[in-house]
Amino acid sequence: MLRFILHRTLLMIPTLLGVAVLVFFLLRLMPGDPVATMLLGDAGGANISQEVIDQERARLGLDQPLAVQFFKWFWGVLQGDFGVSMWTGRSVAYEIGIRLELSLQVAVMATILAVLLALPLGTLSAIFKDTWIDQAIRVFSIAGLAVPSFWLGMIIILLLLTYFSWIPPLTFTSFVDDPWENLSQLIWPALAVGYRYSAVSTRMMRSSILEVLQEDYIRTARAKGVMERLVVARHAMRNALLPVVTVISLEFAFLIGGLVVTEQVFNLNGIGKLFVEAVARSDFTMIQALVLLVSVFFVLVNFVMDLMYAFLDPRIRYR
Amino acid sequence: MKQISALFLAAVALAPAAAMAAETPVRGGLLKFAVSAEPPNYDCHAQTSFAFIHPVRPHYNTLLEFNTAKYPAIKGDLAESWTVSKDGLTYTFKLRKGVRFHDGSTLTSEDIKATYERLRNPTGGVRSVRQATYADIASIETPNAQTVVFRLKKPNSGMLASFASPWDCIYSAAKLKQDPRFPERNIMGTGPFTFAGHVAGSHWTGRRFEQYYEKGKPYLAGYVAIFISGAPMVNALSAGEVIVEFRGHPPANRDRIVKALGNRAVVQETPWVCSLVVTFNTKKKPFDDQRVRKALNLAIDRWGGAQALSQVALVRHVGGILRPGYELAASEKELLEYPGFSRDVAASRAEARKLLAAAGVPNLSFTLTNRNVAMPYTPVGVFLIDQWRQIGLAVKHEQLETRLYLAAQQRDKPTFDAALDFNCDFMDEPNLQLQKYLSHDRAPINYAQQTDRVLDELFDRQSGELDRKKRYAILREFEKRALEQAYTIPTIWWHRIIVHHKPLKGWHITPSHYVGQDLADVWLDQ
Repeated sequence: MLRFILHRTLLMIPTLLGVAVLVFFLLRLMPGDPVATMLLGDAGGANISQEVIDQERARLGLDQPLAVQFFKWFWGVLQGDFGVSMWTGRSVAYEIGIRLELSLQVAVMATILAVLLALPLGTLSAIFKDTWIDQAIRVFSIAGLAVPSFWLGMIIILLLLTYFSWIPPLTFTSFVDDPWENLSQLIWPALAVGYRYSAVSTRMMRSSILEVLQEDYIRTARAKGVMERLVVARHAMRNALLPVVTVISLEFAFLIGGLVVTEQVFNLNGIGKLFVEAVARSDFTMIQALVLLVSVFFVLVNFVMDLMYAFLDPRIRYR
Repeated sequence: MKQISALFLAAVALAPAAAMAAETPVRGGLLKFAVSAEPPNYDCHAQTSFAFIHPVRPHYNTLLEFNTAKYPAIKGDLAESWTVSKDGLTYTFKLRKGVRFHDGSTLTSEDIKATYERLRNPTGGVRSVRQATYADIASIETPNAQTVVFRLKKPNSGMLASFASPWDCIYSAAKLKQDPRFPERNIMGTGPFTFAGHVAGSHWTGRRFEQYYEKGKPYLAGYVAIFISGAPMVNALSAGEVIVEFRGHPPANRDRIVKALGNRAVVQETPWVCSLVVTFNTKKKPFDDQRVRKALNLAIDRWGGAQALSQVALVRHVGGILRPGYELAASEKELLEYPGFSRDVAASRAEARKLLAAAGVPNLSFTLTNRNVAMPYTPVGVFLIDQWRQIGLAVKHEQLETRLYLAAQQRDKPTFDAALDFNCDFMDEPNLQLQKYLSHDRAPINYAQQTDRVLDELFDRQSGELDRKKRYAILREFEKRALEQAYTIPTIWWHRIIVHHKPLKGWHITPSHYVGQDLADVWLDQ
């Protein structure tokens, strides 16, 4: 197992290196000069002289050869220095850091909600297949798939506003500083996102359990007189969890940077919103760091997923 | 709807400035307000957007400022008094004593000089978008620490008002000497509030400056400007998470907020020194042909459009190149004589068709480049396209993200056909509003790219004319030619609507959303 972990860890390096090279050079392939776009895009841009553009380009190091730019940037990344945001003028690591806490918390809360709903509901739906319980759970989960998170978020806000003349706080407070204020802001987006997330997982759990319940070893267990509850809990659920773990893990990684519209609805200053701002403001250093960050999350989640497979299904052995 | 109207009227009636002035201000409290965009950097001299003014202006002072309760009257800010020589060539300002910067240093005339030198002659990579405004200044002298003298090359009738520009924040000469670009990433002024923090994408905070020159002010303990827009902003106002947004709302949002707040809402409204103008790319065929541009101008029913659009958008007033209602603007009678302003739209459109036929483009099709900001760009864009369709033209509506929209017009050789541009200023002043109509080499913000020395000459004449009546007459000549040539044409002027919670006191609406935002007089009645 240790060898497997080491092997997978080493494999992450070329993956992330590839992402770094791709994102750096693809951004440079985009037509137009980022500095000119950045400065001309301001309302006062008509007054920008070429001298100012050249000075800004030199200040940002964009006048140097591409290879030099890449190695300077990559050397900084290896040392944990992602550079300075072309938009805010502050360290990219700082800008990402203050948003990552929020995005991670929403992702974790939504994941907890999804797991708490999906595992029991998916299992119940499979066990009571084609009964009213199954139908009710299917309606609940299909509705979750059909309703976009941002729309549900808008409905939540309007209900709170209409019935309580209240909306969640607009600025982020860390859980450590004020748990109540923090939860009163983040519980609502977590609900909106978690519902759709749970619906996907519930559907996957149901179909996976149904498939496992047809397996020979389940029939054998039943023939041996094992109680149905134990058949489901010990034999079916554990094996059925593999595809569900995959879905949950990939959704979690997606939530880190993919909640652009939901963050807009709840006015959350998260990673998704930062992504949009960085693109809108041609903030190359920020875009590079964000793409790398999301890639790191996907790679790590895949790594953890592989470990969980081994834990859940002892037949899986890594060499 | 009747209920909303009644509440709205009641709220407007509750707002008069005189009644506000009679109340005794209360010290303390945190003002939370919404700003629907975010500043790209912290330098007043390089900015043009309310997104900058609203959060940043409270940290700074200017030489003069507008008296918002008596707009357009001007009062001293850092200048205690001032004199203008009879020939209009010398402006002498006496500064207040004991004014301190937020770092504790004392303000002197050197700071004023350094600031205006930076504005009129930026060096070392500094950006000043107001260089042209101060081009008439010949020299700046500082005979002593409390006196600053501006000598002009020629008279400039808009110069005094320019000294009240909210964009001309006074910076520390010492800081500028260390680094001319210091203000781009740092806040250090003499204003009523010190900088407490900026979380990009979220909010901006300021705290009361205890050593502010005006004893007892500011009243607020601090403020938080929250960056939020669209429906979430209306929700936040309705729920009281923010108590005001200082730019302006369309009528539908006003009604929604008033309905939610009932008698806790106060509405203030005024005509706005803002308009959307259509810019034709005169470097591109067939817009290099005056007949085509004039035809497109004639096709617009401004009177009917103003009535219809004012129901759904924040535009309302028909005017020429200056804001209707402003003392130097054309009267309605004069407007009716201009092309595109007749109430007989059928006759105007018949003439437009003839002009297009004569120009050889009776079935012209082109693209209108617009900004992807819903209010008021989208409804006005749709309205214009509908107007042009009525003379048989096919117009494509291209709505671009702000940065691309501006870049499309500002690049060296723009390729757009026609664009919906904005013309917003901090005050009614022909020297500002006419910039959009000057030759491109005189005014880079005129994206029509034309060269018209007749207009340039008329501009210079009106600018140097100190007699109001004579200036008015020159302006009519300018306006007539501008609308006849139609390089850039005005559409419909905006109407500013502010809804705020009742506890907000000491703030008065003005025709500009850029002035009156230092928050020194604002207090919370709670």
